Amino acid sequence: MLESEAEVRRRGEDQSGFHEVGPGIAGGEALRPPIDRELDLKGKVCPYTFVESMLALEEMEDGQVLRIVVDYPPAACDVPQSLKREGYEILEVRKINNTDWTICVRNRPFEE
Amino acid sequence: MKLTDEQIQRYSRQIILPRVGGKGQTKLSEAKVFIMGAGGLGSPAALYLAAAGVGTIGLADSDRVDLSNLQRQILHRTCDAGEWKVESGKKTLQALNPEVTVRTYPERLTSANAREMIKDYDLVLDGSDNFPTRFLVNDACYFEKKTLISGAILRFEGQLSTFKPHANGPCYRCLLPEPPPPGHVPSCQEAGVLGAVAGVIGLFQANEALKEILGIGQSMTGRLLLFNALDLSFHEMKVQKNPTCPLCGEHPTIKELVQYSLSCPTQDIASLQVSPKTPDKTSQEFL
Repeated sequence: MLESEAEVRRRGEDQSGFHEVGPGIAGGEALRPPIDRELDLKGKVCPYTFVESMLALEEMEDGQVLRIVVDYPPAACDVPQSLKREGYEILEVRKINNTDWTICVRNRPFEE
Repeated sequence: MKLTDEQIQRYSRQIILPRVGGKGQTKLSEAKVFIMGAGGLGSPAALYLAAAGVGTIGLADSDRVDLSNLQRQILHRTCDAGEWKVESGKKTLQALNPEVTVRTYPERLTSANAREMIKDYDLVLDGSDNFPTRFLVNDACYFEKKTLISGAILRFEGQLSTFKPHANGPCYRCLLPEPPPPGHVPSCQEAGVLGAVAGVIGLFQANEALKEILGIGQSMTGRLLLFNALDLSFHEMKVQKNPTCPLCGEHPTIKELVQYSLSCPTQDIASLQVSPKTPDKTSQEFL
């Protein structure tokens, strides 16, 4: 089921306190995947951006979507690549303003 | 358990491993491992377990650090000579990883204290240097239902196995029912050992301990690894549960801990009972 942009945005704000700025969501062009959790990694550098993304995904249900916010430029490229290599589905990578990127990734079951 | 930023930083290289993750790291920090002997095998094993964030490490050794130990017992430094090995070891491990709790037992393992000493731990590593202790550790692990990761070294050779009789695997006595008679195995000071061989086998013990805690990979239960440093060769034999084992067999004759006397009180090196050239024999054929 697809959610409206407004719902997605409201939920993101409720859960993480993260406020998106710039042209990201307000544009209303393509429909975005519903976000189950947001992870603000602004100020963090590689490899911790990746490590913390993995830790967040491990706590989430199979199929849920995590949106990660980074402001370390190499992370915008490396985190999606590394997650993809681990078998996660990257739904979207988006530059949302002059400093920040969002990465949307769908969770898969944790192999124990 | 929520990992702190410092823990994420310290353990990041293993957290990102498939099948480890934050959940595996939590398993490690909750694990308690008892290490018999803070010597050639216990030193590298303890260092790597502490580095990996194993939460509680028990170190048992009744000896003090001697200059002749330092060629292989890398928990200790020259300035530690004369100190209890367990105290010197604790100092080294806590400097490496202050998160680890190190419990020390500066006493000899006996039939009176062995079960009590290990009962609070999840896993036991045997790095002892004499047969009486080796049999005591095995028997105590059997009665307390603890997984035993056993390592032994002599000269240029080493061996490794995991014993889980509580999970239908063999025990050490399935391989060797009784200690060999005195004089049968070369004594410590005659035999010698290459320090790096202790390192190799001790690290394999740490590796197997991490796998057992994390529940990943193929356990060494029912398998005996034989390492020859000169050829750099590895052989593996199957170890089967012995139905006539005096401890874990169908009609056990050993019902409580047995205290054997030390045939060589100064023995310093774990002795190998076997030195096979044929990798595909079972332990029974071999013995």
